[in-house]
Amino acid sequence: MIQRVAIWLSYLGALLLLPLFFDSVLAISIFNQMAIAIVFALSYNMLLGQGGMLSFGHAVYFGLGGFLAVHALVMIEFETVYFSVVLIPLVGGLIGLLAAVFIGSFSTHKAGTVFAMISLGIGELIAASSLIFVGFFGGEAGVSGDRTYGPPFFGIEFLRDVEVYYLAAFWVFLATLFMYLFTQTPAGRMANAVRDNPERAEFIGYSARRVRYISFCAAGFFAGVAGGLFALNYEFITEENLNAATSGRVLLMAYIGGLGYFIGPIIGAVILTLMNSLLSNFTDLWMLYLGILFVLTVLFLPRGFAGFIMMHQVAWIRGKLTTLAIPYLLTGIPAGVFAAAVIAMVEMSHSESDAFNFLGLSLDPGGALSWLLMLVLASASLFATRSSLPQLRAAWEGANSLPGDETE
Amino acid sequence: MTLLSLRQVHKNFGETAIIRGVDLNIEAGERHAIIGPNGAGKSTLFHLISGLHHVSSGEIRFKGEEIQDKPPYEISRLGMARSFQVTNIFARLNVFENIRCALLWPEGLRYSFWHLLGRQDPLNEKTLAVLEQIGLADKMHYPAGELAYAQQRALELGIAIASGAEMILLDEPVAGMSHSEAEQAVDLIRRVTQDKTLIMVEHDMNIVFEVADRISVLVYGEIIASDTPAAIRANPKVQEAYLGEVVSGA
Amino acid sequence: MLEVFIFATLNGLVTGLLLFMLASGLTLIFSMMGVLNFAHASFYMLGAYVAYSISVHLGFWTGLILAPLLVGMLGALVERYALRRVHQAGHVAELVFTFGLAFLIEEAVQFFWGPDTKNYQSPDLLDFPLFTLFGQEFSAYRGFMIAISVAIFVGLYYVLTRSRVGLIIQAAITHPHTVANLGHNVPLIFMGVFGVGTALAGLAGVIAGPVLTTFPGMALVLGSIVFVIVVIGGLGSLEGAFIASLMIGLLQSYAIASDLGVPDLLSWLGLEFARDHPLNDLWTLTLPQIAPILPFLLLVLVLIFRPTGLMGNREQ
Repeated sequence: MIQRVAIWLSYLGALLLLPLFFDSVLAISIFNQMAIAIVFALSYNMLLGQGGMLSFGHAVYFGLGGFLAVHALVMIEFETVYFSVVLIPLVGGLIGLLAAVFIGSFSTHKAGTVFAMISLGIGELIAASSLIFVGFFGGEAGVSGDRTYGPPFFGIEFLRDVEVYYLAAFWVFLATLFMYLFTQTPAGRMANAVRDNPERAEFIGYSARRVRYISFCAAGFFAGVAGGLFALNYEFITEENLNAATSGRVLLMAYIGGLGYFIGPIIGAVILTLMNSLLSNFTDLWMLYLGILFVLTVLFLPRGFAGFIMMHQVAWIRGKLTTLAIPYLLTGIPAGVFAAAVIAMVEMSHSESDAFNFLGLSLDPGGALSWLLMLVLASASLFATRSSLPQLRAAWEGANSLPGDETE
Repeated sequence: MTLLSLRQVHKNFGETAIIRGVDLNIEAGERHAIIGPNGAGKSTLFHLISGLHHVSSGEIRFKGEEIQDKPPYEISRLGMARSFQVTNIFARLNVFENIRCALLWPEGLRYSFWHLLGRQDPLNEKTLAVLEQIGLADKMHYPAGELAYAQQRALELGIAIASGAEMILLDEPVAGMSHSEAEQAVDLIRRVTQDKTLIMVEHDMNIVFEVADRISVLVYGEIIASDTPAAIRANPKVQEAYLGEVVSGA
Repeated sequence: MLEVFIFATLNGLVTGLLLFMLASGLTLIFSMMGVLNFAHASFYMLGAYVAYSISVHLGFWTGLILAPLLVGMLGALVERYALRRVHQAGHVAELVFTFGLAFLIEEAVQFFWGPDTKNYQSPDLLDFPLFTLFGQEFSAYRGFMIAISVAIFVGLYYVLTRSRVGLIIQAAITHPHTVANLGHNVPLIFMGVFGVGTALAGLAGVIAGPVLTTFPGMALVLGSIVFVIVVIGGLGSLEGAFIASLMIGLLQSYAIASDLGVPDLLSWLGLEFARDHPLNDLWTLTLPQIAPILPFLLLVLVLIFRPTGLMGNREQ
């Protein structure tokens, strides 16, 4: 119990203190994106990770929530309604909930492929409709509002990004807490049970459909909250925010982070936001790297980064984690060099300039020397990685086996 | 008092008639075994009673209420629990959660998303008691999918009995167990189904005669005899249809 | 009116047959392996791009033959070294993997060929009007597309019903477990079916590229529609996929060709709304406008009212 409170307090602390350490405009804008992504990815995990519902259309709830939130901003501006903009995420959440209540009433009948296909169909349907109904969705240009016209909230008018950050941090903390608490309730636990075995759940008194429906509505609500945060942060929203690409991105985030663990999507949201905003400054190929990262994750880390961390639980409990450090370095360093050399070659083949700087090395795409160097480096490090694998495997087994296991 | 009654129950899959006019009465407190050769329709009969399949025609009453058109979860809420022939547990949840889930509805928590499970003391105490009963208390933090086969069977049984349902349907509870494991399981079944009404499908005749106080013989979708174990053993029709070969082979 | 109808039918037929070339491979793969391959249309795009690159150097006809083979080989490799690995983790993991693959292929295509549209031309040999009707021309290339599609189906049908491999595949579709027991090398069959399925998608890309334009979004445009088709037709049913392909092709073609819309409906009903009505977008909706969303509307309706699809018999 104390441990749990400590974790939540440090989460709150991190949220509050981050802008003190990184206070550049870029950093604050990244934190705001992260906040939105965290809520969105966690809500997606309520569907796929906790409830076993693979959705290809989760952006619908994010987007609809966001659109209504922007419209609400406009209404506040023209004094059609009167409330503080701090409540905007709640507006988004209610719209997301409303959409989920309606769509979930027929889409949660089955999980699996049928659910995935309905979510895809609904997603495409709404994304396409948004381009037709220009009055509400604003067509390609989207709709925009202004968050600063509302009644000041204790003197804060949200002119500065950092003020928006603290507002977002408040909502993120609240949303995270409530989503966690949901997993600890009968409805949340039965969502896991229905994910594992919908048939058996029906024989212990629960309608699998009803259980899915509740999770689905909750996920819609929190996706809408994320959409509301998006509206508040960017003050505009377009069709792109409810189409298949956004739905795909949230799947990537949750999966890379690790579906089976509550913290997984948070990790995924942080990694992807950082890649998005930092990597894109260095290379326009970052989406390619993201695709490679995703496919590799599905192939080799099916439980994501969080799963990779949790794999070490046994070794940690047995106090053998330190025995893994050297083997990890022996494999990790050549593997890292290999990845860097491959990336260097990819960048060279794509580069239009004469020479560029890569990790402190000056590479010339036109020169044979650069290519030769990278090729040798790549093959040597690949060889080193491969030959280091047996010792890693042995060390892993050593760290995870019981003292008596060797005799078996 | 008659707890469960079947009247002229028929079930067809396409053209094939699997259950052909079954009449059956189960009294409260009875330990009833259904036996019969492979393909006689025993599991189908269980599926019909528990709501997994629906009858083609006929009537099933449980506690006087018609249940033949109800979904499994409504029948379960009336106080009927069942286990499965093929282990059917929540593989990624741990053993404790498996049992706790089975207790949620009977404890009145329904679809609540405003109660925290950790705060439900009676619920958690009952869960632990069931775990003690089925002998899995020391494994309660293991994911159910990682248990050994016999332990998974015990958990399968535990999920069925946890709710404290008045009527329990067990579909081949000791299938695939070794002799000693089966003996332990039978002990367990006896203990946990005291004061309950039990219907079980079982192939092992020793266990059937040990546990049941009434036996029905199902052959090609029809019940050809329903009587006490002694009378069933003596029934020439039964011996001809089914028992003879098993008894002589045993 | 009649000419519009005839040309809409012909164009719908071309689209429908093209869609079926994709849908048939997807259906075969699904029936055999239970995998709904999200990246199927990505192989179609690869087919178009590879054929384009070949056609620049060696001409259209070499591309027509080589590109599907290359794409099919890539597909077989994907099955052998990636999909087989993910298979153990279940259907959701497979679906997620093929989704990631689709994402990766789109990025890879942009990396190798750039983000702009490629000038992939139909061959000069077929650059003449096949016939002229009511003063409108129907190009020989479209006729060629119909011919290729029909030839492929006849061939596929023949292989599936007459050859030994076809019989094994049919058996594997209906009784997946027994085939392995009969001693057939099921993994090899899987790899083969995946390879052939992706090769078919590649071929569709080769012949569609010049007409539907070769650009990095072409997989996205067609991908979800092909998905819609196999689901509407009933997962695993080739007949269903065929009917659904033609249905969607014709439906979209008619919707685009017609100039009917809500205004016509309203005037027929004798209703009128002011131009500044808040729902103006709804009152001025026309069929060509909603043509792109018709398949998805159909999908949602079918899934709600008949989750097994038109001809399907399995739900998952």
